[in-house]
Amino acid sequence: MNDMSALHSIAPSVTPSLEELDLARIRADFPILRQRVHGKPLVYLDNAASVQKPRAVIDTVSECYTGYYANIHRGVHLLSERSTAAYEGAREKVRAFLNAASVQEIIFTRGTTESINLVASSFGGQTVKAGDEILITGMEHHSNIVPWQLLCERTGAKLKVAPFTDAGELILEEYERLLDDGPVKLVAFVHLSNALGTLNPARQLIAMAHARGIPVLVDGAQSTPHLGVDVCELDCEFYAFSAHKIYGPSGVGVLYGKKALLDAMPPYQGGGDMISLVTFEKTEYADLPNKFEAGTPNIAGVIGLGAALDWVNAIGLERIAAHEQELLDYATARLNDIPGLNIMGAARDKAALAAFTLDGVHPHDIGTILDREGVAVRAGHHCAQPVMQHYGVPATARASFAVYNTRDEVDVLVAALWKVKEMFEL
Amino acid sequence: MNDLRDLYQEVILDHNKRPRNFRILPQPTHHANGVNPLCGDRISVYLDIEDGVIQDISFQGAGCAISSASASLMTEALKGKPVAEIEHLFDAFHDVVTTECECPKGLGKLSVLAGVRDYPSRVKCATLAWHAVRAALEERKEAVATE
Repeated sequence: MNDMSALHSIAPSVTPSLEELDLARIRADFPILRQRVHGKPLVYLDNAASVQKPRAVIDTVSECYTGYYANIHRGVHLLSERSTAAYEGAREKVRAFLNAASVQEIIFTRGTTESINLVASSFGGQTVKAGDEILITGMEHHSNIVPWQLLCERTGAKLKVAPFTDAGELILEEYERLLDDGPVKLVAFVHLSNALGTLNPARQLIAMAHARGIPVLVDGAQSTPHLGVDVCELDCEFYAFSAHKIYGPSGVGVLYGKKALLDAMPPYQGGGDMISLVTFEKTEYADLPNKFEAGTPNIAGVIGLGAALDWVNAIGLERIAAHEQELLDYATARLNDIPGLNIMGAARDKAALAAFTLDGVHPHDIGTILDREGVAVRAGHHCAQPVMQHYGVPATARASFAVYNTRDEVDVLVAALWKVKEMFEL
Repeated sequence: MNDLRDLYQEVILDHNKRPRNFRILPQPTHHANGVNPLCGDRISVYLDIEDGVIQDISFQGAGCAISSASASLMTEALKGKPVAEIEHLFDAFHDVVTTECECPKGLGKLSVLAGVRDYPSRVKCATLAWHAVRAALEERKEAVATE
């Protein structure tokens, strides 16, 4: 092998990740990252819970309130027209981001949780009867478990759970068996697990359900900030995500739904803005998407989501994903060097986070000690108690990455974990 | 590291590693479960009360160093005490872990948990076992939560 071919074999073949200069520029976009906590530089690794906001989003929300805020729709004055245009402009940005066919398929909600509840209540209430079944997976967030349990309680339907392996991968044979075993009326699964980092084979799971005529909801709360989502290519019936996990404001979420289904579904909540005519005898509902947006929404928050998507697009989701993958690989290797540390979740397709336990120390104690070193991680059950039960632990500690995290920060995390061991005399 | 040592004192680490009275009483007169929904910690307490006095007390469960050590220290503090004194002790202990008060002398070793007052998110860990004891005395059937 000559020198040239050796060079070739190590040359990066995928999307170039973020150069140091870019990373410094990106970090400068986040005012909150400049602070110190307990006298140490903040190392924010709780991104799977919520990410920090870039200046562009903060300014967009602020400009809305200082420049042109008014209630949207039906206002004949200038400010209302401007707010309406910005709000509906954000809907178009979300449509383009998801590659949905129409803005009528984009419903704004309070978050992923409300998006799922909307489907469980409206679609579920309409379609699911006693004896029917809903299929989810064992690695769901509580927000993709409890709405279905409530639906099952109301209707007499049954909730079934597709199991996963100790590596954190869904068992496809079991999933297929459960699809065939009984009248499944809806499949709902998490795209990227917040407790394990597992990236589920969404396209394949959806195709398997569709082969049996079963509609699918995908919980995209964790996946949207880390990978490009194309709902046309996925072909799922519903896709739910939250603005606050993709650099946007909290209190805003999105439900994508196929138009034919949304059209046929009854409203979720009644109120203003979702009607076309109200008399005391009968009410006619507004067309999509307004039918599912009763009441005054989080106007500035939705507009802020639009700014967040612009910001993400300007960097490019592929570059963000490549950077985070590099961090995860580096973190995984460094964490595995710590004796007694066990990473939970070793799926072949994994993204953006490492959940772990440390022998002899409860995750809650890890979280407190790391905090004093400036490192923010999550310690607990991550709203996925069935996942904890699978591994027989009450909780884990979780470091989760965003575009602004660095290898140096991983080093700070690892050094802080050695301090945990020192403190506990391990 | 010094301020962390105020929280994770030697006594606490010792009780975490080797919890006292960590067992199930075969025939307790009182029993209850406590859960901390924040972190998923679960603790069960067992009491043997005769003539208004705690003859024996034990606990079991999985929790962080603070909740385990607090439960262990609590069992040591309560063994042999009249039931009537528990509420008073809990109040005093609660003050110690939540306020800047001077530690009352009667609390003995329990006062090593005073460092918790600088960590508001950990107060629930320190009081979980006490909430469970209170639930046991009130003979509540469902698990008591710290929330």
